[in-house]
Amino acid sequence: MSRTLYDKLVDAHKVCDLPDGDMLIYVDFHIMNEYTSPQAFSGLDTKDLTVWRPEAHLAVVDHVNATRSQEPHDQASKLLIDNLEANCVKHGIAFYGLGDRRQGIEHVVVPEQGLVAPGMLIACGDSHTTTYGAFGALGFGIGTSEVEHVLATQTLRYKRLKTMLVEVDGHLPPGATAKDIIMKIVQVVGAGGANGYAVEFAGSAIRAQDLPGRMTICNMAVELGGRAALIAADEKALKAAAGRAHSDMLRYDNEDWASEPDAEFDKVFQIDAAEIAPLVSWGTSPDQSIPIDGEVPSVTPEMPPKTKAALIRALDYMGLEQGQPARSIQIDSAFIGSCTNSRIEDLRAAADILRGRKVADGVDAIVVPGSALTRVQAEAEGLDRVFVEAGFDWRPESGCSMCLAMNDDIARDGERIASSTNRNFEGRQGRGARTHLMSPAMVAASAIAGRLADVRDLQRETE
Amino acid sequence: MPKIVTGLAAPLPLANVDTDVIMPKRFLITITHEGLADGTFADLRFDEAGEIRSEFILNKRPWSQATILVVGDNFGCGSSREHAVWGMRQLGIDACIGTGFAGIFYDNARKNGLALPIVSSKDRDILLQLAGRETSVEITVDIEGRVIRAEDTAIPFIMDDATRSGLINDVDDTRDTLTYADAIRAYEATLGAGMRVCVIK
Ligand code: SF4
Repeated sequence: MSRTLYDKLVDAHKVCDLPDGDMLIYVDFHIMNEYTSPQAFSGLDTKDLTVWRPEAHLAVVDHVNATRSQEPHDQASKLLIDNLEANCVKHGIAFYGLGDRRQGIEHVVVPEQGLVAPGMLIACGDSHTTTYGAFGALGFGIGTSEVEHVLATQTLRYKRLKTMLVEVDGHLPPGATAKDIIMKIVQVVGAGGANGYAVEFAGSAIRAQDLPGRMTICNMAVELGGRAALIAADEKALKAAAGRAHSDMLRYDNEDWASEPDAEFDKVFQIDAAEIAPLVSWGTSPDQSIPIDGEVPSVTPEMPPKTKAALIRALDYMGLEQGQPARSIQIDSAFIGSCTNSRIEDLRAAADILRGRKVADGVDAIVVPGSALTRVQAEAEGLDRVFVEAGFDWRPESGCSMCLAMNDDIARDGERIASSTNRNFEGRQGRGARTHLMSPAMVAASAIAGRLADVRDLQRETE
Repeated sequence: MPKIVTGLAAPLPLANVDTDVIMPKRFLITITHEGLADGTFADLRFDEAGEIRSEFILNKRPWSQATILVVGDNFGCGSSREHAVWGMRQLGIDACIGTGFAGIFYDNARKNGLALPIVSSKDRDILLQLAGRETSVEITVDIEGRVIRAEDTAIPFIMDDATRSGLINDVDDTRDTLTYADAIRAYEATLGAGMRVCVIK
């Protein structure tokens, strides 16, 4: 039978079947952060176990660190950071901590360091590990008990997932980006629509994306419930994986990392790229989005009671009226960052919009480069000056920052944010904070307008 | 964990309850498992001043005694934080019945003895109604028999074999896997050059 890319990746990493129906799969590479690993290390200690292959792990500090300075902003976060370092020293694991020029958000650091190649299996105690699918690698998030498991055994218990194919064909209209492709997909498939599935993205509009865009797409696949996201490895993927610190060490060329032409999927979705406009989320779930020239949805008589209740609850939390035009929504702040959109390409796209323009009065605008190396590169290109001249706060340290607000970058109650991040959940960016997800260029356009704004208007002006 | 879980059930019909809602991030700044009961559903249970929100189901009688939740679609989505499951267990929740759960949450639950029976939307709605009755209804989740019993209804549920036996037998997966150390070494022996990651320190 013809195999999907997902099947090939699982088959290539299967160690053995287990009697209860699960299997053991081999983890080529495992990444840790400071907040989902402490109890995994203490688990090893309690059980008196050692790390199976210390060299196959990397730990980074990214979730709780401050971005204004290298100093942790409080004792509790310092404890988490110091604890991770101590555990890494004890077990002989590579640690990219604060002040290390390789530090940054885990999913930005890994590709930057060439630690992902087509055909690999990568696990990390973070749901956005799906990002590595952009390279034709199988990446997925795990919980802390599984972090302990992979440290001690280099394997995981695994259940084969069902497969879903999402094909996006055609030309993307001007102004629409990879972020809009994935926000559209989440809208079509639904939050949770891919629970239990590994999702492969294919079609001409996906292949046309370079690796940064593909990473954005695979990154947010978890927002539709996909436990794994994949894009067939091609020349672009091989090229992006080459020439980096670890690239020469890694070669997983035992297969052609693409689905066989007549491979069958359990579920298929087709989307016409021509119909994808720049999107903004209006609600509290990532599938609640509308085109920027559209309107916030209204209750309709046919609506089932549950849908109606969810809509009203989301509108209430977000402080929006039914039928309100997206472009009338005033913002308090703008945030560019996160593993979805903080790579150099994202910063360039936002800077292109900001050049020669100013952030609207009263809008707090922040940009946090995804990694220390990204920041250095951006500064070499003069992007920091573009941001600062426009009125953005250019942060000198990298991390997740306001994507989940575990450091001191926390939105206040009711604050409305145009954000290049991936989740608009209630309270995600601070208790009562109201998040509108969009592409980095759209965040820049909105920061200038002081309300949700259509990047295409500014692009037309620039031309 | 026992093969059968019995208790009072509380309805929590919201869809897409994510792990930020189950365990807000301010409770994650910790290096232990302990002390997470207060953090569980904290923003639903307490207001900004820390006062109990009397309208929230788990703050109302009889549901404050609930050990089973009947939940909306896609429960446990979002971040991988296992703290969400640790907290639910510490709050005394033994089972959570829904139509589907996010993958990482599902695996985390199994590791911590939280049963997640999956039922159809129709059956979930029946259970939501039953659980919502003020004349408290006891629900029994028979993990071994894969059936939920409430009054005179019996509702079958889905749970994969490995999760079911993992819950019943309460195995330590890490130690169990180490009994396959030879198989892991044999697999490693097949890895070609360039297939053994060695991270530069
Ligand atoms: S940037 Fe946001 S989504 Fe990405 S790893 Fe950090 S907290 Fe998670």
